[in-house]
Amino acid sequence: MAQVAVKQEQHVHVADTNTGISNRKLLLWVFLASDCLFFGSFIATYLVYRNQSTTGPYPNEILDIPITSVSTFVLLMSSLAMVLAVNYAQRNSVGLARFWILAVAALGTVFLLFQIYEFTTFVNEGLTIRSNLFGTTFFILTGFHGLHVFIGVLWLLGMAFAHFKGALTSRSVEDLEMAGLYWHFVDIVWIIIFTVIYLIGFSDGEGLSTIEHAAAVVGG
Amino acid sequence: MTTIAFPKLISRPTSYTGLWSWIATVDHKRIGTLYGITAFLYFLIAGVEALIIRGQLREAESDLISPEIFNQLFTMHGTTMIFLVVMPMSAAFFNWMIPLMIGARDVAFPRLNAFSYWAFLFGSIFLNLSFFLGGAPNAGWFGYANLTGSVYSPGDGLTFWALGLLILGVASLAASFNFVVTILNMRAPGMSLMRMPVFVWMSLVTSILMALAMPVIAVALIQLSLDRVLDTNFFNPAAGGDPVLWQHLFWLFGHPEVYILILPAMGIVSEVLPVYSRKPLFGYAAVVFAGAVIGFMGWFVWSHHMFTVGLGPAANAAFTISTMLIAVPTGVKIFNWMGTIWGGKLRLDTAMLFSLGFIAMFIIGGLSGITHASPPTDAQQQDTYYIVAHFHYVLFGGSILGLFAGGYYWWPKMTGKRLGETLGKWHFWVMLVGFNVTFGPMHWLGLNGMPRRISTYAEGMGWETSNAIATFGAMLIAVSVLIFIINIIRTIASKQEAEDDPWDGRTLEWSIPSPPPAYNFARIPQVKSLDDFWYQKHPELLHDERGEEPESDEPVVEETHGGGSIHLPGMSYYPIVVALGMVIGIVGFMEIRVDIPGTDLVFPWLSAVGIAIGMYGVMGWSLEPVSEEGGGH
Repeated sequence: MAQVAVKQEQHVHVADTNTGISNRKLLLWVFLASDCLFFGSFIATYLVYRNQSTTGPYPNEILDIPITSVSTFVLLMSSLAMVLAVNYAQRNSVGLARFWILAVAALGTVFLLFQIYEFTTFVNEGLTIRSNLFGTTFFILTGFHGLHVFIGVLWLLGMAFAHFKGALTSRSVEDLEMAGLYWHFVDIVWIIIFTVIYLIGFSDGEGLSTIEHAAAVVGG
Repeated sequence: MTTIAFPKLISRPTSYTGLWSWIATVDHKRIGTLYGITAFLYFLIAGVEALIIRGQLREAESDLISPEIFNQLFTMHGTTMIFLVVMPMSAAFFNWMIPLMIGARDVAFPRLNAFSYWAFLFGSIFLNLSFFLGGAPNAGWFGYANLTGSVYSPGDGLTFWALGLLILGVASLAASFNFVVTILNMRAPGMSLMRMPVFVWMSLVTSILMALAMPVIAVALIQLSLDRVLDTNFFNPAAGGDPVLWQHLFWLFGHPEVYILILPAMGIVSEVLPVYSRKPLFGYAAVVFAGAVIGFMGWFVWSHHMFTVGLGPAANAAFTISTMLIAVPTGVKIFNWMGTIWGGKLRLDTAMLFSLGFIAMFIIGGLSGITHASPPTDAQQQDTYYIVAHFHYVLFGGSILGLFAGGYYWWPKMTGKRLGETLGKWHFWVMLVGFNVTFGPMHWLGLNGMPRRISTYAEGMGWETSNAIATFGAMLIAVSVLIFIINIIRTIASKQEAEDDPWDGRTLEWSIPSPPPAYNFARIPQVKSLDDFWYQKHPELLHDERGEEPESDEPVVEETHGGGSIHLPGMSYYPIVVALGMVIGIVGFMEIRVDIPGTDLVFPWLSAVGIAIGMYGVMGWSLEPVSEEGGGH
C-alpha cells in the first residue's frame, strides 16, 4: 500500500504559481466558464423558441427519443472511460491509460455517428435549418455540441498517439486531466441539451405538451 | 519530447530588430505597442467619420453626404470607437502594464497574446474593407434585428459587420483568458490580491467580464450570420422568430461591455491620482470592491436599454432598481478619488489633468445616466440626442480621457521619453473645452426632441444653433488631437532620456529601467505591502500611511536561472498563421462557396482553406518548443 501511495504521489504536481494551479489548467477553467455562456445563450434561444414554430415538422413528429437515449448513454459511458483514463495516468499505467483514452475517443465517435444518422434522417424527413424555427434552433444547438465532441475526439487521439507511450511525464498527465475536464463539461452540456430538447414537454404545434398529451392519453 | 516529425517550414527569426521580429514577437511590451498604434490609427479614422457626421449636421437640410453614407458613417464610427479604439487601447495598457505591475516577465501565454493581436488586426481590417466592397454596415452599432436581416439589409455590409465582430470577439476572448490567468497566477512573491495595484484589479474584472460577455455576443452574431448567409430563422418573424431576442442577447453582452470600456480607465485614474497627490489611494479596499461589484451587477441591468420595448411593468421596475443600485459603487469610487486628492500635495501635470477631467466629465455622464434609469423619463429620451450626449460623456469624457491620462503617465516608461508638458496641457484644455462644446449642447438637442441617427433635419425645429455649436466643438477636438500628434512627433525627435521613475511612482513598473529590458525584472521583486515600491523609497511613511511597521529585511533569494541567464519564450510565426487561418475560415463563410454537384449542399472552399491553414498553425504551435535550445536569452 505504501508503495502505491508513493507512486501516486509522483504525479501530484503542485504548480509553481500563485494559485497552485498551472497556467494551462487555469486557462482551461476560464475557457469552460466562457463556454458556459456560449451554450447558455444557445440553450436560452432554444427555450425561448420552444413551441414557436409556425410550420412542421414539429419535434414530437420527428424526435426519436429511444435512439437518442442510447447515444446519450454512450456519451455518459465515455465520461466513465475518461475517469478511468485519468486515474490510470495518475497511477502511471501508460498502457491502461492509453486504452481508456482510445475508448473515450471511440465512444465519442459512436455518439457523433448517432448524431450524423439523426441529422440525415431528419433532413430526409423534411427538417432542415431553414424549414422552421425548431429546425434552426435544434440543428445549430446540437451541431455546436457535436463540434465540441469532435474537437475533443481529435484532442484525445492526438494525445494518445503523441504522448501516451513510453514513460509518462507530469505534463502528459496534466494534458489528460485537462482533456478530462473538457470532456466532462461537454458531457454535462449534453445532459442539459438532452433534457431541454428531448425530455421536457414539447407541443405538436397546437399547444399540447407531452405531459398534457400523456395525461390526456391516461385520462382518456 | 515528441516523436512526431512535423515539417518545420517556418523557422524563427534570429534578429530582435526589423519587420519580421515584430511579426513574430511574443513580447508583451511589443504586442502592447502594436495594440496602441493600431488603436490610435482607428481613433483617427473614427474621428474623421465623426467630423463628417458633424459637418453634415452643422446646418439644417444639409446635403454634404447622402443618407446612405450617413448611416454607414455613424454605424462605423460607433463600432470602430468601441471595438477598435477603446477596447484595444485598454488591451495595449493591459499588455504593457499588467506584467510590469505584478512583477512578472511576461503574460502567461505569450504566443496566445500575439494571436489575439493578429486576430484583432485582421478582423478590424476585414470590417473596414466593407467600405470598398459594396458598402459598410449601416444598421447602427447595436444592429437591431430584423433590420439586419437580408430582406431589409441586402448587400454584404452587415455580413461584414457580423463576421468582423465575431473575429474581434475571438481575439478579445483569447486576450481575456490570458490576462485572467496572468493576474491570478503570475504575481511576484508577496503580492497578494489585496496588494495588487487597482489598475491590475480593474484589468482582472474587465477580463472576467470579457470572458463571460463575449460568448453571448458571439452567439448572437453567429445567429445573425446564419440568418443572412444560410437563411435560418433566428430573427425571421414570418417563421415565428422574435427580433427582441437579439436585443436581449445584444444587451446582455452590451451592458457588461460598457463596463469593459470604462473599468480600465477607472483603473488608470486610480493609479494616477495617488501619484500626483503624493498620497495613498483613499480606501483602496473600497475602490477594489466597488469595481468588483460593478462587474457583478453589470449583468443585471441590461434591459434598461430596452425600456421602450414593452417588457411590462415588472421587468421595467426590476431593471430600474438594479440600474439605480449600480450607481452606488460608481459613486463610491468617485468619493474615494476625491478623498485621494483631498489634502494632497497636488502636481497638475498632464496625466493628472486628464484624470481630474475624467472625474468631472464622468460625473456629468453618470448623472445623465441616472435620469434614464427611470422608464417614464427614458421614454422621452430614448433614441434622442440626450442619449448621444450621455454616452459620449461616459465613453469620451470617461474612457478616452482616462486612456489619455494613462498615455501621458506611462509614456516615459514605455518609450524612455516624456511627452511634452506644455503641448500636453494645450492638448488637455483644448480637448476638454472642445468636448463640452460638442456634447454639452446635445443634452438640449435631445430634450428638444432631436432624434439620433437622422441624416438631416428641417429648418425651424430650433436645432440649428446647438448643432452649429456642436460642430464647432468637434473641430476643437480635432485640433486637440492634432496637438497630441505634434507632441508625439516632437517627443520622438527629442534627445531627452526619461528617468526610471519620473513621477515618484508607487507601483513596481517604476522600479525598472525606462524603457524596460526584454526580461522586465532582472530579479523578481519581493512584495511586502501595497505600493511596495513607494515604501521602499519612503520607509518612514509606512507607519503613517498604512499603519504597518517595516518588516526586517528577509534575506533576498537570488534567482539563479541557470547561471544568471533569463529564459524568455522564443519568437514565433505560428500565432499570426493561426490568426490568418481563423480569419480566412470565418470570412470564407460569406457566400464564398461552390455547389456540390448532385446534392443541394455547398462547399465553402475558402473556409476549408482557412481551416487547413489554422490546423497547420495549431500543430506547429503545439509542437514548437517554447524557446530554441540555448537561445532566447
